[in-house]
Amino acid sequence: MIWYIGRRLLQMIPVFLGATLIVYLMAFYTSGDPILALAGDKPISPAVEQQLREQYNLDQHVLVQWLLYLKSVLTFDLGVGFNGRPIWDQIAAAFPTTMRLAIIAVVVESIFGIIAGVISGLRKGKLIDTTLLMLSLLLIATPTFVLGFLAQFVFGLQLGISPINVGRDPSWVNLLLPGFVLGGVSFAYVLRLTRTSIAETATADHVRTATAKGLTRGGVVSRHILRNSLIPVVTFIGADLGALMGGAIVTERVFNIPGIGTLLFSSITSGEAPMIVSLVTLLVIIFLLSNLVVDLLYGLLDPRIRYAK
Amino acid sequence: MPSDALPTRRPRSEHWVAPLDETPLQAVDAADTTSTPRSLWAEAGHSLVRNPVFVISALLILFVLFVAAFPQVFTSQDPRYGNLSIANQPPGSEHPFGTSRQGYDIMARTFWGARTSVIIGFFAMLGSTLIGGMIGALAGYVGGWFDEVLSRITDVFFAVPLVLGAIVVATRLGEMSLWTVIAVLSVFGWTNVARIMRGAVISTKSQDYVTSSIALGASSPSVLLRHVIPNAIAPVIVTATVNLGVFIVAEATLSFLGVGLPANAVSWGGDISAARDALRTQPSMLFYPSVALAVTVLSFIMLGDAVRDALDPKARKR
Repeated sequence: MIWYIGRRLLQMIPVFLGATLIVYLMAFYTSGDPILALAGDKPISPAVEQQLREQYNLDQHVLVQWLLYLKSVLTFDLGVGFNGRPIWDQIAAAFPTTMRLAIIAVVVESIFGIIAGVISGLRKGKLIDTTLLMLSLLLIATPTFVLGFLAQFVFGLQLGISPINVGRDPSWVNLLLPGFVLGGVSFAYVLRLTRTSIAETATADHVRTATAKGLTRGGVVSRHILRNSLIPVVTFIGADLGALMGGAIVTERVFNIPGIGTLLFSSITSGEAPMIVSLVTLLVIIFLLSNLVVDLLYGLLDPRIRYAK
Repeated sequence: MPSDALPTRRPRSEHWVAPLDETPLQAVDAADTTSTPRSLWAEAGHSLVRNPVFVISALLILFVLFVAAFPQVFTSQDPRYGNLSIANQPPGSEHPFGTSRQGYDIMARTFWGARTSVIIGFFAMLGSTLIGGMIGALAGYVGGWFDEVLSRITDVFFAVPLVLGAIVVATRLGEMSLWTVIAVLSVFGWTNVARIMRGAVISTKSQDYVTSSIALGASSPSVLLRHVIPNAIAPVIVTATVNLGVFIVAEATLSFLGVGLPANAVSWGGDISAARDALRTQPSMLFYPSVALAVTVLSFIMLGDAVRDALDPKARKR
């Protein structure tokens, strides 16, 4: 197990390096001078420009810049952002909000998605199954920001039970509606995955055996059908955690939540390359780690799975 | 012990045979054994035309394509003509969907917007399928260290979410044209096609007919192109169909974030995000383009679902 985790962590290194290199090249190379972006419309004196170029290592070759950047990531010293605050502080201030949002979304999509999927899968072809399937298709086909607008319109304007804009230091309650919106599309995917998987397992021999030996329906469903159907669902949810952090760009913008997504978007539009690269690096790390956790969960769900040394 | 496990065929030894399901003789006579069996696709097509989901989604897609090709059939208004003196009108006889805050006819914009979305969805699907298909097929067919390298590259792109990568590039490019949006979506949207293609190619290349064509001396490219890819392409087509819908949503999301098409483009994404400020005063600005977008994306997803079920013999029997 320890060996397996170690090997997986080693395998992450090339992916991590590649992803940061791509983002680095994208942010630094695809036209636009970050120092001019920092200066804005005002002219900048050559001395200041020179000093800034050295501060951000822009006088070096781009690959050297990338290596210097990796060093700064490893030493947790990401430098100072364009607004003068350390990048690390800005990320640390925004991260808890987005993490809360993502946790709400993951809880929503897992609990509701799996419950709805089980109901749907066990009653395949019935009215409730068709209704849930249509609902999931509608959710998948609606862009997240449209869902957000609709939620604002219905719960914010018409019913008045939730604030339209969330604002600074939001509580869990205030993040509930944005969290539901963020998890909406994934809920639909979890529902469909669970449904397919459950419907397949429900006809398996071991399920008939379990029923025949007198287990209650609830016991059969929870211990024999559900546990054997969850692997694809867990795979999806794990991969989704990373995607949700990225998807937060849209949700946070709709509800004006000052999180990672807002930070990322504002740094992208102002051309603040060091911040963009740091944030994308963070998202990639979260994505890779959540995939590792998923692979470790496989063993819990299916004891037959062994981790090679 | 191993020799006992093998089926024995000693003379005069009796062995028990499980009773077969009786098939009526007429049914055996009725089976047409001389005609060639239908191919996977013919079989799938046969079951597709009886599937209401397929029929409905295909009709919807045909309708959307028709709207995209000839929007002027449905509306006589110019989608780019803004008349502020008639802004924010509720739906009426002159403007069936009402007018926007800029005095645009919402109906005209909804119909003309189909063209942008369909073009972007289709070409981004084409581009990403070509990139992903080539990378996945080469990785799966060649294997070894080559597969390892290509798979890691796929992982790298997979780790960067579609919208995120698109935003970074889009902001840097500044004003985007239709074709840069398509290029950006293709470059960041090919990974799921590559993964599926790779898996399908790996399972196809161990088939007997592939081995025999290699034994007959066929060159690697011809084996790949004539035997492996045609037999591995089915799941890729399903994914590509669903991706088409995903790309339409991604384009709308980019427009919403203000990094997509320029403001003068007629697109659903741009119109929906313009509706944000008018949520209270003119909800129909949000309603009609959203419904058009959702119906279009829905029909592509349903089509993909129906084709997947039709290509899967297990699912078809049920």
